Amino acid sequence: MLLTVEDLHANYGTIEALHGISLHVAEGEIVTLIGANGAGKTTTLHSIMRLPPPEAPKTIKGDIKIQGESILAIPTHDVVRKLHVALVPEGRRIFGNLSVMENLTLATYARNRNDDLEQDLDQVFTLFPRLAERRKQRSELLSGGEQQMLAMGRALMSNCRFILLDEPSMGLAPLLMQELFKAMRQLNEHGMTILLVEQNARVALRFAHRGYVLDTGSIVAEGTSDLLLNDPEVKRAYLGG
Amino acid sequence: MKQFSIPAVLTVTLVTLVGISLGEGINLYWQDVIMFMGINIILSASLNLVNGYMGEFSCGHAGFMAVGAYVSSLVSVALFTQSSLFGAPILSSGWAVPLFPLCLLAGMAAAAISGLLVAIPSFKTRGDYLAIITIAASFIIKSAIENIKPIGGARGFMGMGQVTAAMSGTADLPWMMFWVFLGVVFTIWILRRFVSSTYGKGILAISQDEIAAEIMSVNTNKMKIVAFMLSSGLAGLAGGLFAHKLGYVNPGSFTILKSTECLVMVYLGGMGSLSGSVLSAVVYTLMLEILRFVIPWINDLLRWAQLIPTDYQVTQIWKWVLIPLLLVLLMQFRPEGIMGRHELADYFPWIKKFYRFR
Repeated sequence: MLLTVEDLHANYGTIEALHGISLHVAEGEIVTLIGANGAGKTTTLHSIMRLPPPEAPKTIKGDIKIQGESILAIPTHDVVRKLHVALVPEGRRIFGNLSVMENLTLATYARNRNDDLEQDLDQVFTLFPRLAERRKQRSELLSGGEQQMLAMGRALMSNCRFILLDEPSMGLAPLLMQELFKAMRQLNEHGMTILLVEQNARVALRFAHRGYVLDTGSIVAEGTSDLLLNDPEVKRAYLGG
Repeated sequence: MKQFSIPAVLTVTLVTLVGISLGEGINLYWQDVIMFMGINIILSASLNLVNGYMGEFSCGHAGFMAVGAYVSSLVSVALFTQSSLFGAPILSSGWAVPLFPLCLLAGMAAAAISGLLVAIPSFKTRGDYLAIITIAASFIIKSAIENIKPIGGARGFMGMGQVTAAMSGTADLPWMMFWVFLGVVFTIWILRRFVSSTYGKGILAISQDEIAAEIMSVNTNKMKIVAFMLSSGLAGLAGGLFAHKLGYVNPGSFTILKSTECLVMVYLGGMGSLSGSVLSAVVYTLMLEILRFVIPWINDLLRWAQLIPTDYQVTQIWKWVLIPLLLVLLMQFRPEGIMGRHELADYFPWIKKFYRFR
């Protein structure tokens, strides 16, 4: 199992955001985590990434394992560098003061000194041809969709094999959203494992193999996408009847 | 041709500077102004790394300058001169020229280490705490020096004049002009290399979004410490040059006022612009000197217009009213500083045809 989360409790000071959730993601899977605002989706991703507080919860109980090894003592930059997990954060958080190319080459931090970046750059530019056109532009001048592509491209450049996506469809036009999901599907076919957090439950479930439904800090339903799409409770609460 | 243009320009500048100082094309006063300009360039460019490129707020640059000044002075005085503190010189005065860079290097290393001591506790916290901690550190350094009796305490430390005299004994050249010039070139070169490398881009990433930088596997704590040590080390270099240029140092030169001057130069030039820092250091130094002439004129003018009482004299103290006033006006009309975040070549792209910066 690539990722196992066991009985995870997460606290922001006195407020408990997660009340003991367990989930797992196998190699090559697309798994989605759906739920309303404040359900704890982002908290789960930030806990997995080991981000420092205040972004991530202050204290964590339970365990998070990557390939069976607990990662609770590993700092974020090593989760990226050594365990090859990447996060595409909510709101993209690209480096606006750097050019597109500089944003992408920053990934060398996650690589060995002699890695060949060319091949990965090619992969990113084939996946998102628009980035190639805009490679010299300051990235704060990109459109929202292009920024989301850059955030994904940046994650891919870090040589990851497991990518965590936090609300990639937020604020995107439907056409761009389709393009983005198509790109993610391609990545998955080449062996990338994906954990997707989405508010748009219908799109997410159609895209993923399996899903978990999170409600105010607890997992209330889980199963294959088809199962969840047809579950009357899930339908009523998240898919609009 | 491209790859030779910068070395060529630098050589010509150096030869001109040394030549006119030697041939007394300019008098000693202007030589001093040029050297202070150089020292100010080092100070503003190095502080720009932390306050401009990295977006943190350090305001104790004078403290690190003091460490560099004292350590390099102590080393050079012990090595090359007869002093009451160290006794007979360890090496003959002929070694003063070749080994002087090592004295400066010792000052830099000491300043960088004191920078490390400040950085470790302050970067554990986030946000504005660095400003407070660096002010505190510069006060600690200053009062520590004031209370170490063997190095002169508050009266200061002397003897570096003999070091420069020893250098002149080897060859009668304006050595300090030469060293200041080399120091400036070294500073600009190393900072430019640093911030334009992919490794150094991590600093810009930190200034933009620390969490996103961490997600890109930038070890933000380590990066901040590296940048802070580089910055304080270069401040130490400026201190070493300052001490040897004057021939003596005292703790009174490294007060909060000096740190403030460094901050003024960074914000005047533009945060995150090396050419801005160079430009602002030149402008600022000239401004200080020009006011020296202008203030008596103002005095005469006001006297003539009978706007001031006859027993009042407009003195040089007014400098510290006029310069902050200029800063207020700058913040009003051009808050990003002279250059903003840009370099000279961004405004004049044709310059790029003539050089390749490495």
